[in-house]
Amino acid sequence: MAQYQSHEYDVLVIGAGGAGLRAAIEAATVPGIKVGLICKSLLGKAHTVMAEGGIAAALGNTDERDNWKVHFSDTMRGGQYVNNWRMAELHAREAPARVLELEAWGALFDRTKDGRILQRNFGGHKYPRLAHVGDRTGLEMIRTLQDHGIHQGITVHMEYTVVSLLKDGDRIAGCLAYERERGYFHTFKCKALVVATGGIGRAYKITSNSWECTGDGHTLAYDAGAELIDMEFVQFHPTGMVWPPSVRGILVTEGVRGEGGILKNKEGRRFMFDDIPDNYKAQTADNEEEGWRYTQGDKAARRPPELLTRDHVARCIVREIKAGRGSPHGGVFLDIAWIKQRIKDGEAHIKKKLPSMYHQFIKLANVDITKEPMEVGPTTHYVMGGVRVDGDTQMSNVPGLFAAGECAAGINGANRLGGNSLSDLLVFGKRAGEHAAKFAQQNGAGGKIDEAQIESAAKRVLEPFDRHGSADGPYQIQHALQEMMQELVGIVRTEEEMSRALVGLDDLNKKADLVAVQGNREYNPGWHTALDLHNLLTVSEAVTRSALLRKESRGGHFRADFEKKSDEWSKKNIILKKSGDGSMQISTAPIPEMPPELKQIIEEMK
Amino acid sequence: MAMGTFKVWRGDREKGEFREYKTDVSEGMVVLDAVHQIQAESAIDLAARWNCKAGKCGSCSAEINGMPKLMCMTQIADLPPGETVTIEPMKAFPLIRDLVTDVSWNYAVKKTIKKFSPRKPDAPDGTWRMQQEDIERVQEFRKCIECFLCQDVCHVLRDHHQHAEFMGPRFFVYTAALDMQPLDTEERIEHLKGEGGIGFCNITKCCTKVCPEEIKITDNAIIPLKERVVDEFYDPIKKLFRVFGGRR
Repeated sequence: MAQYQSHEYDVLVIGAGGAGLRAAIEAATVPGIKVGLICKSLLGKAHTVMAEGGIAAALGNTDERDNWKVHFSDTMRGGQYVNNWRMAELHAREAPARVLELEAWGALFDRTKDGRILQRNFGGHKYPRLAHVGDRTGLEMIRTLQDHGIHQGITVHMEYTVVSLLKDGDRIAGCLAYERERGYFHTFKCKALVVATGGIGRAYKITSNSWECTGDGHTLAYDAGAELIDMEFVQFHPTGMVWPPSVRGILVTEGVRGEGGILKNKEGRRFMFDDIPDNYKAQTADNEEEGWRYTQGDKAARRPPELLTRDHVARCIVREIKAGRGSPHGGVFLDIAWIKQRIKDGEAHIKKKLPSMYHQFIKLANVDITKEPMEVGPTTHYVMGGVRVDGDTQMSNVPGLFAAGECAAGINGANRLGGNSLSDLLVFGKRAGEHAAKFAQQNGAGGKIDEAQIESAAKRVLEPFDRHGSADGPYQIQHALQEMMQELVGIVRTEEEMSRALVGLDDLNKKADLVAVQGNREYNPGWHTALDLHNLLTVSEAVTRSALLRKESRGGHFRADFEKKSDEWSKKNIILKKSGDGSMQISTAPIPEMPPELKQIIEEMK
Repeated sequence: MAMGTFKVWRGDREKGEFREYKTDVSEGMVVLDAVHQIQAESAIDLAARWNCKAGKCGSCSAEINGMPKLMCMTQIADLPPGETVTIEPMKAFPLIRDLVTDVSWNYAVKKTIKKFSPRKPDAPDGTWRMQQEDIERVQEFRKCIECFLCQDVCHVLRDHHQHAEFMGPRFFVYTAALDMQPLDTEERIEHLKGEGGIGFCNITKCCTKVCPEEIKITDNAIIPLKERVVDEFYDPIKKLFRVFGGRR
């Protein structure tokens, strides 16, 4: 057999965004634990960098009424109570410490007048809760973790792509990866492995996600026998750019609305006032004046309806567009320029609070957001579903295989609140690193590497070079998938359309099995795209099957043929697992009973 | 829709050449879109780095019509109409393939700079107090997306290849961000003068001109650092202290 360069670690982390870096840092603090970190891109470029608004943590700096219990209750309400309540609890309790830790590592958040970390308003959060740096919080977070992490003795493998996890019996033993620069294979042996590979946004045509977000960790774990959960819940962020075509989908931060930005249709109506869900009525302003006062820190005011949860705002926007009340390029208007009527130096204020939004619109759309409204519409942003993990340890059902961040599931339930992602990365990244290190210590020698598994994976990966021409190239298959998922399994779903999507997936899978690529193995993006197809098709099937089964509407999952929430479905999650014959097995699992003290918190906050 | 002509560098470590591609140019399109279309239509293996396509990650650095730029933030409409657009890899780093260069040197340099080391917390709960106006300059530096365009344009690296004795504008900004961080207690001036080679910079401000984040690299980072080096090493009284009092 071929000899590949081999590497050996106690803990191997795949993915170097917020969760992966935080996991690697934590594992590396354990004496004697050797940590490897694999990233698909260069270090510091992961998708975390694009997070804008902030990190949700109940520090109580900006409003002293805030505490972990309110954050917990907000997260559960936002997730429509199908969340893993243990994760929601741990997240709310531990997020403040994780944010303060970033400050100790050099992060510089915007400040309150008395010199503490300033917090901003965001959708679904009762009080201003997001620690932030203008609208480039993700950059601050990833750079802080990167600059701290490079001094912790972690070995970083940049521009490596993992193509298969390796197992020894039931437990994880390592992985096979290829390096982009030369195209060579590398084998990694490890005692514990953390997948922290982010999301699946590239399965859709309109997305805020970068090329990396192809469901790699979801698929690697699933293929290795791990269960996926909640895959029907995909978040469509209400505000992506819509014009010009080349920037369609790029994120416009919720921070715009947090700073007082308002949504209007072409008639100039603030349509968000037209539909406020019952469970949010008590905490939502019923007039424009009150909403404005809220954004300016009036503690007696309730939040404006623009700051309702993302699933709801996205659907309201779709409603306006479908009713013919949209903007010229098929979106609605998001106006921050109007605040100039209310505050002195409004233009400078907007540039200070939303510098990258200003930059992005002026450079890419020729729109000056301090003077004119933006055109925005929903964009595929985040997947709530992912690897099913234990809430405390982040370990999957495969011994030694952990997951953290977006590719793990549970904390967000049916819909994620803005700002809860960055805190999720920190809280559960740390926990995954800690428990992966513990697992490595407790499980001595680690698993054996099976050469046959390596050979079969390597063969599959190289096959596209051996085929001579195919009807569709890798890009064409990817585009066809993205079009189809957008069209048939998007924001508004029906049984009929999703059944068609399953047929379409079958067809695309056949095409992907025959895809050919040209050129050699060195830094070949066509080859890489061909390899991504398996991951994209797997997660697309997972989303579609789960969405077909859940016959109700909840959070990010909206069925036009079942518009209401159902009591029956409020009690269970959908689980996917690869069966012996390779097909996707679907089942449901009851949501465990919540302990009385957590139930009481939710009751009190109602 | 108009057709655009693009001359793209194709090659590896040994040899290379410009190749011409034609693709449709639609309203608002950026250079990176053209590269993606070319990949999908006619050059499946054209190597290019990119991630966010929104000017936030600093991956897609290249030279467009000879100017160091981010491909994702360069609108084709802003280039001379009707003319061929030239796209080349950065010149200050070794080529891997096509538009992709080996920037690992930058990562190695960063590791040589002493990490952030905060003073004791100000409050019993382990937190610090800082005023917004005291952190604004450092927040400017921390906008850096590590696209390395400033490194690419700097003649000390680009023309004189002094990578071994000069760390380049990016790492002066990085050092300045650490040095001016109100909580930081570490000393980096000696490294800056020695291994950092800040003396090689003769303030031509090319780095500032290409910075996509509009960081005033020369005025706000490099010049203040140079002044600190002068104060530390060339002030006669301090020099005396160093001779008799040992290194601080």
